[in-house]
Amino acid sequence: MVRVIGFLVGLVFAGVLLISLVVGVSNYFSNPPEELAAEALHQHPQHLRLSSDGPFGKFDKAQLQRGFQVYKEVCSACHSLSLVSFRDLHALGYEEPEIKAIADQWQVQVPSINPETGEASSRKAVPSDRFPSPYANEIAARAANNNALPPDLSLITKSREGGASYVHALLTGYRNQSPELLKEHPDAKTPPGLHYNPWFANLNIAMPPPLTAEGQVTFADGTKGTVDQMATDVAAFLVWTAEPKLESRHAAGLAVVVFLLIASILGYLAYRQIWYEAKRKVRVTGPLEPKNQAKSRSAKAKQGVAG
Amino acid sequence: MSFSWAKAYEPKHPFMRWMDERLPLPRLVYGAIGGGYPVPRNLNYWWNFGVLAGIFLTIQIVTGIVLAMWYFASADHAFTSVEHIMRDVNAGWLIRYAHMNGASFFFIVTYIHIFRGLFYGSYKAPRELVWMLGLVIYLLMMATAFMGYVLPWGQMSYWGAQVITGFFSAFPLVGEPIRVWLLGGYAPDQAALSRFFSLHYLLPFVIAAVVVLHIWALHIPGSGNPTGVDVKDERDTLPFHPFYTAKDGWFAAAFLGLYAIVTYYAPNYLGHPDNYIPANPLATPAHIVPEWYFWPFYAILRSFTVDFIFPAKLWGVLAMFLSILLLFFLPWLDKSPVRSGSYRPVFKRFFWLLVADVVILGYIGGAPISPARVAIGQIAAAYYFLHFLVILPLVSRFETPLPLPASITDSVLHGEKAEAAPAGQKPRHGSVATAAAE
Repeated sequence: MVRVIGFLVGLVFAGVLLISLVVGVSNYFSNPPEELAAEALHQHPQHLRLSSDGPFGKFDKAQLQRGFQVYKEVCSACHSLSLVSFRDLHALGYEEPEIKAIADQWQVQVPSINPETGEASSRKAVPSDRFPSPYANEIAARAANNNALPPDLSLITKSREGGASYVHALLTGYRNQSPELLKEHPDAKTPPGLHYNPWFANLNIAMPPPLTAEGQVTFADGTKGTVDQMATDVAAFLVWTAEPKLESRHAAGLAVVVFLLIASILGYLAYRQIWYEAKRKVRVTGPLEPKNQAKSRSAKAKQGVAG
Repeated sequence: MSFSWAKAYEPKHPFMRWMDERLPLPRLVYGAIGGGYPVPRNLNYWWNFGVLAGIFLTIQIVTGIVLAMWYFASADHAFTSVEHIMRDVNAGWLIRYAHMNGASFFFIVTYIHIFRGLFYGSYKAPRELVWMLGLVIYLLMMATAFMGYVLPWGQMSYWGAQVITGFFSAFPLVGEPIRVWLLGGYAPDQAALSRFFSLHYLLPFVIAAVVVLHIWALHIPGSGNPTGVDVKDERDTLPFHPFYTAKDGWFAAAFLGLYAIVTYYAPNYLGHPDNYIPANPLATPAHIVPEWYFWPFYAILRSFTVDFIFPAKLWGVLAMFLSILLLFFLPWLDKSPVRSGSYRPVFKRFFWLLVADVVILGYIGGAPISPARVAIGQIAAAYYFLHFLVILPLVSRFETPLPLPASITDSVLHGEKAEAAPAGQKPRHGSVATAAAE
């Protein structure tokens, strides 16, 4: 009974799937879907090599400091970094007085309450504060940016496909639309107020090109501030903001993997030892015992079967 | 427990005797996983995954309890509380990544364990209840994993909850009220998050309880084995401890090495980037996908695209529930008296086809929709149902199995292959068996 019902149910569901398949295929041929410009022109980033890559990867502190400088002088005008505190900059190699100075001189103040009057006010940041947002709230951010909301950058390299490579490709990926391109894909025409960037999923991004000229940021360590250098450094910095514990993770991982490797080798030897007697009986009487293999070969030779 | 030659527990220390007379807990452990449980001597490494599943359940409960000390089930603060764990709690990143990837590895070992059961006929008499309790565990795992994925309250958490609870609205009349009742509102919000957290904390302990039943039911007939032949006498078995504790031990260490590599070096590989964006009810992600372990079922759901008598969505939801429900009937769908797939030449081919089919369904379920992928998914989904409901019953009826070894010991001594020749035909490699038998 179970099998009869099962048989029928199976045929019904497979039948409905077959109908779906036939309808889908005939729709496809009678009404072929057109390729959208966003699919045809969308580019995928090339891998950006950073010192934090790979199982032994460590941050390049000089690069992170440069990246922080790019964030501070360029990105922070619009983008918040709400999950990172000034005190976290210690990991980039800054000393306590430097961190205090960075917090104190930050271009945006921290919202606070006037202790005398209870009215809303603001105060200078201290190392224990998170990076203050450039806008008071989402409405203010949208109002200042043509109704686009600049995303928080704390987790940007973990929340986008491609991570740091995507950030680097996007920052260096602004292009002019050639007439040939527009002829081929008229629907790709960038609307006013947006900017063409084939690394952005729908090709048109609200953010104006942020890194435009060499030397836009004068690096404190003397590194030449090319657009590619600035984009690479800020991408590296944003890997750190998204995954500040990366170095301890890599170090702990090595210890754990080596420990488990040794444990499994010792465990395997113990297993062989424990099973030795149980398997020995098999070896003595079984076909793989050399004595028995010799017998088997001679038996084959007698029968004229090639060994 | 299971066989007459199973050793009885004999307390060695006076304290243990004192204990045993009052609360025979040591006796229970000895009989369950100690020297008192005789196990077929010929188990291969596919039999290690049950113990591994137990290890991962333990990892999940331990890491989960620690995470719950810091996690805050609030629609406003859940996301930042997870990031607080990742950044400011001592070793919080480790506990959180271990829990996140522990869920994936729990499913990896469970899937291997289930397919082991499918190949070696572990669902057949007398182990039907072992199989069915295992499926109950699997269903509970799916519910727990789904609710756990909602907790960080990222974009995929939120929209996954929206889509999955939306399944219920496919049912006419009662569907929508059920959905609203489950969520505690018209869309996922604080009410849903709080109850998901509560249940996510509860269900693992229910799973642990069903695991006890699963093992209890297993220990009545004893473990199966790769030949599928019943244990005949003491020579066929070895005590669980020390033989299988040693085998499970080294293999668990090696497998945990794999888990450690993913957890420490690619912790977000199995996740989705969108879940690092805080939940936003106003912005729908371009591709909503569940976690990878649900992809085959998601592919089945999406394969129904035509309103035929019922709306396509209802067909999809019914098919998805049926795809798991039908596994409960497997002991009665497959009537072949031979348990092990090694001795079933036709079954074996279809088994590997099913494995490939589920992998294809998984790929289709995780990838963005395209006309070609939908068509492939429809064929693969149809095969899934035909395999269990049509092919398996027919194969079990018409297939001629290979001759079985006389006993487990016999197969260990002479190799499984030597016996696996069709009846009336000479063994392929001359007279290995005859030579050894001399």
